Amino acid sequence: MADKDKNVSRRNFLREGVWGALLGGVGIGGGVVAVKSAKGDTVWQIDPDKCTQCGNCATYCVLEESAVKCVHAHELCGYCDLCTGYLEPEPPGLDTGAENELCPTGAIKRKFVEDPYYEYHIEEPLCIGCGKCVKGCGAFGNGSLYLQVRHDRCLNCNECAIAVACPSEAFKRVPASDPYILKGEH
Amino acid sequence: MKISSLGKIFCGVVLLCAVGAVFGAERFPPPEFDSGYQQPTMVNPGARSNVLEYVDVAVLVAVMSLTCFLVYKKRSRKGIFWLMLGSILYFGFWREGCICSIGAIGNVVLSVFDTNYAIPLAGLLFFVLPLVFTLFFGRAFCAAACPLGAIQDIVLLKPVALPVWLAGTLRLFAYAYLAIAVLMAATGSAFVICRYDPFIAIFRLGGNVNMVVVGGCMLLIAVFVGRPYCRFLCPYGVILRQLSRVSRKRVTITPDECIKCRLCEDACPFGAINRPTAEWAEGDYRVNKKRLGVNILLLPVLVVVFGFAGYLLSGGASRAHVTVRLADRIYAEESGEVDDTTDASVAFRGTGMTIAELYGNAAKVQKQFVFGSILAGALVGLAAGVKLIRSSIQWKRSEYEADRAGCFSCGRCFKYCPIENVRLKKLSEQC
Repeated sequence: MADKDKNVSRRNFLREGVWGALLGGVGIGGGVVAVKSAKGDTVWQIDPDKCTQCGNCATYCVLEESAVKCVHAHELCGYCDLCTGYLEPEPPGLDTGAENELCPTGAIKRKFVEDPYYEYHIEEPLCIGCGKCVKGCGAFGNGSLYLQVRHDRCLNCNECAIAVACPSEAFKRVPASDPYILKGEH
Repeated sequence: MKISSLGKIFCGVVLLCAVGAVFGAERFPPPEFDSGYQQPTMVNPGARSNVLEYVDVAVLVAVMSLTCFLVYKKRSRKGIFWLMLGSILYFGFWREGCICSIGAIGNVVLSVFDTNYAIPLAGLLFFVLPLVFTLFFGRAFCAAACPLGAIQDIVLLKPVALPVWLAGTLRLFAYAYLAIAVLMAATGSAFVICRYDPFIAIFRLGGNVNMVVVGGCMLLIAVFVGRPYCRFLCPYGVILRQLSRVSRKRVTITPDECIKCRLCEDACPFGAINRPTAEWAEGDYRVNKKRLGVNILLLPVLVVVFGFAGYLLSGGASRAHVTVRLADRIYAEESGEVDDTTDASVAFRGTGMTIAELYGNAAKVQKQFVFGSILAGALVGLAAGVKLIRSSIQWKRSEYEADRAGCFSCGRCFKYCPIENVRLKKLSEQC
């Protein structure tokens, strides 16, 4: 009988020891990871220097309408009349007709400023993030049009579906406190 | 007319620029405006606040606490059922299955291995809190807080009991899944658990077609086989099982002393009720002793065999990493195996990185994979071996008990116990 009690208490002792070790392990491990991660939260963003405008942003986002949109850095824009981000490569006519526009949704609005300059403005709700204009602007223009993840829309998925599909590894996690990679800033 | 002549000049400039290939340069200096035109400034909405994530953490703690109260104090299956529904609605359909403790494994592992990655605090809490709760109260998280478990639990209408050996063997998949998930996260290849979450498409009411089909099939199986994902795949469940073995409190089928009436014998659809064991006869004892000896000798063999299998699979597994995939592709293009290019290979050639550098990086990743795959394989082998050894040990039990590791605290068995019914005054003690 005494022997049996001894066995039971030994088993209990072992169990207590393992329990304590596990609790300690979970606590210490959690603490270490927490300290390491104290840098703050991150969000997804596109590095415009790496982006190749493959068009995946428009189709791979988990949102029906992609969280990636084109943005326009007006301070870099040449305000050209013949804008290769706005017009088809060989447009039937050089005006604002839909058949001349590169943007499949007509999201770029053109406004006369003064001769010979035109302002281009992205109508964000229409933009699907396909990057066609970005490609055009980057190929022959100043590169003032570029794609960015818009954080009013982005769900900040754990594993961004576009990042997985991105051929140029242009997607990266950036600090939530500085969630854009803007051209002209660096 | 004016436009077209301007256009011609423009085209000339464009051609010059294209020939000069001055990429990224300002080909057309930003103009000086005479009309007092004000340039619009870019408006960039800030990152969404993650207040909701902390609400999630609070809800998680509340649900787990309530589960413990319902399991240990109230002993109420009905309460747990409603709590499950609540979790499916909140964590599932409202929060769309994200953030989740199971998927958080990937984030935790990546934050350990990748110095540049920081796990959100809420994600870390989602990983750690259920572990702590399990150490105190058993698998309270699995009972009602996990929407994946809950959705399988509520569709379980026609439970079929699986043979113990089959359930035990299938459970090895969960160990393998955990090993693969950790390997993929540690190498920065993918968050496998999130990508192959079977129910996320259901919670989000849409998504990857393959995963919708997988989720549908899983739910169909769950009608007959209790919680198939939880028991045979869930990598987080593997961790919780082990912690639950030493938990402070444990679920008891009876509120008082077991009278071994056998009424609860088939109550558990998850095979988590252990029967009392009879003393072995002398002959049985000898046979089992021999079996135990063989199984102990088999352990190192299994570790080596599974480790070697891991080594064999490491090459294929490493293709999950984007660098290795890219290097493979570039190699195929360089050696003339393929004639076309891909977006990725074109993008790579535009970066200015040399092919040798790329191969070097890929080789580094592959080395990690070889090491990691062997380790992962060996661990799965260890799990298999330990399982074999455990199966040949006679555990002394004098009453019907909920299995410490396997019990989800779902509360189904309570009502099978006559003593429970006496407690609830549904039966009088004279009966």
